[in-house]
Order: sequence, then C-alpha cells, then structure tokens
Amino acid sequence: MDQQNLFDCSEEKAWCPGCGNHGLLEGIKQALQELGKEPHQVVVASGIGQAAKLPHYIKANGFNGLHGRAIPPAVGIKIANPDLTVIIHSGDGDSYGEGGNHFLHNVRRNMDITHFVHDNQIYGLTKGQASPTSRPGHVTGIQTEGVILQPFNPIATAISLGCGFVARTFMGDREHMVEIMKAAIKHRGYALVDIFQPCVVFNKINTFKWYKDHVYKLEEDYDPGDKVAAFQKSLEFDDGIPIGIIYKEDRPPFLDTIEYLSEEKPLVDRDLDPKNAEEFMDQFY
Amino acid sequence: MDFNLLIGGSAGQGIDTLGTLLEKVLQRSSYYLFTNKDYMSRIRGGHNFNQIRFGSKPIYSHKNALDAIVAFDETTVTEHLSRLKEGGKILLDESLKDEIDVSEDQVVYLPLKEGAKEVGNPKVFSVVFLGALIKALDLDLKIGKKILEKTFKEKLLEVNHKALIKGFEMDLNSWDLKKPENTDQRIMINSNEAIALGALAAGVTFYSAYPMTPSTSIMEFLAANQKKARIVVEQAEDEIAAINMAIGASYAGIRAMTGTSGGGFSLMAEALGLAGITETPLVVANVQRPGPATGFPTRTEQSDLSFILTASHGEISRMVTVMRTPEEAFYKTARAFNISEKYQTLVILMNDQYLADANQTIKPFDFSKIQIDRYIAGEEDLPKGDYQRYRFTEDGISPRIIPGKIPGKTVLADSDEHDENGNITESAEVRIKMMDKRMNKMKALAEEVEEPWFIGKENPEILLVGWGSTYGTLRETVEILQEEGHSIGALSFGDLYPLPTKVLKEKVQGAKKIINVEQNYTGQFAKLIRQETGIAFDHSILKYDGRQIALEELIESVKEVL
Repeated sequence: MDQQNLFDCSEEKAWCPGCGNHGLLEGIKQALQELGKEPHQVVVASGIGQAAKLPHYIKANGFNGLHGRAIPPAVGIKIANPDLTVIIHSGDGDSYGEGGNHFLHNVRRNMDITHFVHDNQIYGLTKGQASPTSRPGHVTGIQTEGVILQPFNPIATAISLGCGFVARTFMGDREHMVEIMKAAIKHRGYALVDIFQPCVVFNKINTFKWYKDHVYKLEEDYDPGDKVAAFQKSLEFDDGIPIGIIYKEDRPPFLDTIEYLSEEKPLVDRDLDPKNAEEFMDQFY
Repeated sequence: MDFNLLIGGSAGQGIDTLGTLLEKVLQRSSYYLFTNKDYMSRIRGGHNFNQIRFGSKPIYSHKNALDAIVAFDETTVTEHLSRLKEGGKILLDESLKDEIDVSEDQVVYLPLKEGAKEVGNPKVFSVVFLGALIKALDLDLKIGKKILEKTFKEKLLEVNHKALIKGFEMDLNSWDLKKPENTDQRIMINSNEAIALGALAAGVTFYSAYPMTPSTSIMEFLAANQKKARIVVEQAEDEIAAINMAIGASYAGIRAMTGTSGGGFSLMAEALGLAGITETPLVVANVQRPGPATGFPTRTEQSDLSFILTASHGEISRMVTVMRTPEEAFYKTARAFNISEKYQTLVILMNDQYLADANQTIKPFDFSKIQIDRYIAGEEDLPKGDYQRYRFTEDGISPRIIPGKIPGKTVLADSDEHDENGNITESAEVRIKMMDKRMNKMKALAEEVEEPWFIGKENPEILLVGWGSTYGTLRETVEILQEEGHSIGALSFGDLYPLPTKVLKEKVQGAKKIINVEQNYTGQFAKLIRQETGIAFDHSILKYDGRQIALEELIESVKEVL
C-alpha cells in the first residue's frame, strides 16, 4: 500500500475493482506530494465520466463540472488565481468528443494548466459505447458492425496545434506515469498527457495486457524538441505505441503574454473600488 | 423643441461617421438626444439608417414623424418620404437631382460631392455634410471643429477641417430651433456601454464571451479599456466555453461575467444549471434579437423572456431583470453582482438591440452610489475541521471561501447532486434538503426585486403594462393621451423574476381595461403575470417585425382598443 499521503481522502470510490482509475489516482497523489504541493494550493477540475469522478477521491480543491466542459472552468480558475496549480482529470470521451472544441482552442490558448486524459478507448459511464479513440472494427452495443470512424489522434493533433508539452504514459507503469505527471505539472503552459488505462468491464480489446504488450518507452536519445520527428512518433500505434514526452517546446503561457498584467497582483487579490472605474466614463462626455 | 432627423444610406457610405459626429456636436451644444439605429446584417450595401431625435428637454424614445431626412442615396428618400412632416426637408447631394421625384420645396440640394472634391479627398463627403448640417441646425461651427480635433489627427484633421468649413459655407437656410436652457454636463451612452461600465464599477476583472450582435458592444467596451483597467477580456471559442470560464473564475473568487444574444444564450443553458447546482455566483447578460435560430441578427425583439425564465434543465433559483434606460443599466449591473454573491445565485441581465444601440444623453453616473459587497467568509467564520462548501445553515446560504486562501481548507464544487462536502450523493434525504436550500433563495430574491415604474395619474381606467425598452414610448404615449383627455397610465417593469406583484395588483384593481405591450408574438410577459398572479389581460399590443414600436404606432394601437 501507499504511504500516508497529504492528498489522501476517505471518500468511498465508485469505480469498479481493477479499474485503471485507481492506479491513476494513486499516481497523481504521489506526483503532487513529491512536488511538495499542499492540498489547498491545488485545484482538480473535471467534466463527467468515470475519470471525472477523481476530484471526489483526492484531498484538494475540486471543480467537477459538466460533460465535455472540464477545460473552460479550469481556464477561468487559472486566470483568476495563477498561484493555484490547476490540473484536469477527464476521460477520452469528455476531452476529445464532447469537449473537442475546448481541447483544440486551449492548446492554442496555452494556459498554464495540466490536462490528464484517462484514455481507455471506450465509454465507461454510459456502459461501453465507442469513444473517439476506439479503433476501427471495435464492436460495441451501438457500433454493432464495428467502429467505422477513424480514431482521433490526440498526440498528433496537439503537436500540430503547437502544444508545448505532449506526452503519453500507461498507468500500469507507475514510475513512468508519475515522472511524466510531475514533468507535465512543472511545464509552464498547457500540457497534455494521454494516459492509457484499461476499462476492465467494457473494453475487452484494449486490456491491461494489451497495453502492456503494445507500449514501449521512447529511446534514451529521443529528442522531444524535434517537431517533425515528434509528429512521426505520434503516428505509431498498431506496431507499438511510444510512451514518454513526445513533444516539448517552451513558449510563454497565456497570462505571461498579457504585458499589462505582469506587474499586477493576481485578479483574485485585487482591491475593488468603484471609484477606480470612474475614469472610464470620461469617453462619454 | 423636439426635432427628429434621419440619416440614411447604404452600409459603408459613411452614415455612421456622420451620425456619430453630429450626435457629439448636438451633445456639446447641450441638447438632449435619443438616437437609434436600423441596420442590415451586411458590411457593404443595403439600406441602413440612424435616427437622431433631439430637443431642449429629456427624450426617452424614438418616433416616426421626421423633420429632416439626410439622404446619402435615392433609396433613403423613397423609403422614408412618407414619414416626412409637412414643412420637413430632405437634404442630399445635387447629383441625385434627376433620380428622385419629390416636390421642389421639400428638397435642399447641396454640392457635397463637389465640395469634397474641391477639398481634395472624396472620402470627406460625410464631413462636408456635417458642416452643412451644423449650418442648417443653427449650431456652433467651433463645436464642430473641436469634435473633429478629438476624432482625427494631423493630415486627416486638416482635410476634414476644410471639408467642415466647405459644408458650413454652403448656401442654405437654417431652422429656427429653440436653444437648450439647461446646460448641465451630460454623458451620451447606450445601455450596453452602461452595462459594461456598471460591471467595471462593480469590480469585474474577467469577461469571457463570443462575439454576437447585438451583445458585442459590451465586450468591445471592456476590451477597449482592459489595459487601463488591468482586467482580462477573453474571446472564448464558443458560448459554452465563455460561460464555463466565467463560472470557473467566479468559483476561484473573482467577479466574472459573460454576455451574449439569444443563440449564444441557448448554448449556455446547460451551464446556467451548473452555476445553479454548484451555487456559484454568476451574472449573464442576454441582449435580445429576433429569433429563433439566426432570426434577424441586427434587429430588435423581446422574445427571449419565456426561455430565460426556465433556461436549463432541472430547477434552479435565478433573478431576471431587464434594462429600461442607460442609468438603470449601470446601477442594476452593479447591483446584480452584489445579489449574485449574497445568495450565491444566477442573475440574468436582459437588454435588446433597440436599447443596446440607442444613445441617450443623461446625468453622469454617481460612482459613490455603488457599493461592493462580496459576502466571502474568512477562516474565523468557519467551524473547525474540513470545509464544507454546501453546509446546511439557518439562512440556507453556505459560507463561501476562496480556494487556496486558507491552508488546510479545500473547496469542492460539484455538478452532481452532492452532500454538504460537495461529494456525489444518491441519498433521497440529502437531495430534498439540497433542493430546498437552493430553491429557497427565490424567497429571498423576491424581497430584493423592485416594483415597476408607474407612469400617469392615480387610478387610471386604462392600464398599459410593458417591460424593458418600451419604457420611453409608454411614457410619452401616456403623456399625450392624457392631454387628449384619456384616463390612462402605464406600468413599466424592470425586475421581472421573481415578479414584483404589489404595485401591479393595486393598479389592476382600479383599472377597467389592462393591455400588455410587448415586442413578441406570444405575449410572454403577460403569460408570466398570469402564471404568478392569475391576472389576465383584456388586450395585447404585440409587435414582432423586428422594429421597435414607435410613439405614433403605440398611440394608434392603444386608440384601436379603447
């Protein structure tokens, strides 16, 4: 068992026994503890889905919002108070399906938040339908003839949009996952980490063993600063899936680019006084 | 004195330039103004017009009868000639002489194009026209020059100066207009700008929205001033993101706001419920335009009320209020933030295209009247142990803290039904207690709402009932019909939900006939009144053609049902 962790929470977990979410939860708690964070300094935002229940099982601030809308409240929280460490835990359906538009544009926005996508390639909460990352041919209760749609490639998409931190890991390799989580949280800017986790009930194809057999760690000499090489890596799947930091590029996060805020206190710490706004009436005289 | 002037042409011809400059000159000349805009959803071409009504006393609405038509093209003449009063004049360029068919004494042809050419830049046509209008309206050329100095720089200023004088020196008669006696300083502002200014006064530091006519000018004003105000204005990827960002920011402890029009508001519906169940304070503006779907993008209607009253699945508490004047827009926006934080609830501000684009000259706002009450709890207000975001308290309001500010205390907000800690629950008992806690806020809000404005003398036999932007027209209609000897009055509602019923019940009791006046098809406000009080209207005056009801139209409609 894990040692006492500051982020431990006694709330009973509503996940199935053997669900990949359990290991993922232990991993994020470990990562936050090892980074020296305290619960009140962290906000865990989520949408809806099995993964999105995570804010209830960790001692930290939490915002469990709407399906597909995990990112926008997280962005609002970070704008209000940049001193908070804002991380998102949501599933592949929530992040890439219902919330696809927010995913695309927040890579562009580059807010300093970390997005952990629990990717089990299936819909768990709604009992086993295809997700955007389900592979073609995957038969479900709805996709009775097998999935026809081409799978969404989050890694390639994020790289193409200029995401500054793109990584993939597997919850079955705790050490690897925790190291990636820590690097992602430390990255200044929007960081995407796609985390493979098995759904033991509804995905009989992409099982724990399947992931274990398919993933391989990026070579020691792999250069995550090479965008073209990273894009090539992002296309590998059926013959082995690379895990690790696939692409990394430092560019100023959203709030740093607003020059007039650089000398200011965070919005949440402002002293509000109606009189300060009076000068804005001058333009109407 | 009450002078009504129309400036018309196609998009891109410069009618807005002329309109804006002339409004400024009239404002500086101490006239009271009410202006409104009628424009098509296109960037070039079509037919657009601005109406400027001005006088020596406050003016609250537009009207149809015109004293002057300032025409940039032939269409403007043919479209609006029927509204020209006897003795009214059409001013236009001499090159249009062969294209229009009106009696000579109605028209003043001016060598405007020629004048612009002589000055050396055909683009200054509008300013040549401004010079001519300054002369025609017997205004001070010096004021015109000052306005140009504020608008243009260097070379452009020089050529516009020349253009102004060119127009002013044209051979034309001036109207004999009574000069305003009251020369108090006034601001000229529309209700969207007043909402934005009210938000700044209330301490808004974050505004997220997606551009949508006619709400965009709120965002534009805030963006134009964001650097100086040190705030963040963010154009979201869609309205769903806009409202969810604002909710996140409010959860994190700042005053945040979003605004949109009907279509965008529809997209926000689910998140309204999120604000409701997470008890996150939120102020949302909906500036109405005619729907459904894309509807009439640049026109006006009051048809979102029924939707706004119940938008979001499930049941949540909310306050809904509508703007009647720019003053109200300013003070009520500031009030909305206090109420939203006091009760941790949703406040929806309504406006419409008509008022959003109507400039009015009014007394400057008094910022000392604005109070910021945040109702945020400190550590000393909390019991020992883990913080409970949704703790059951005597008054039903759980102490709200700012995440990250108190070591050891964490804040969990949840869109699922939850227990006092914010954790997901399936308990029937907790569900009932949480629903009661959230819905009980409606009772407190009912104590906060303000009664409608009453127009007229005590106990009128005929009672008109309207809401929002029809206020000015109701007011003038009552005044005119009273003078004609009718026993008539009107109620104009600002706070709509919870519905204030005290004055309504009093006035209805004494009236023989009650008539609702609304800019929609189904009489949405009458439905609300009937739902809340059982009062049914005898007649309805409903307009849903996308154009605001004018004074003459309302008077005629009222007379038809008398």
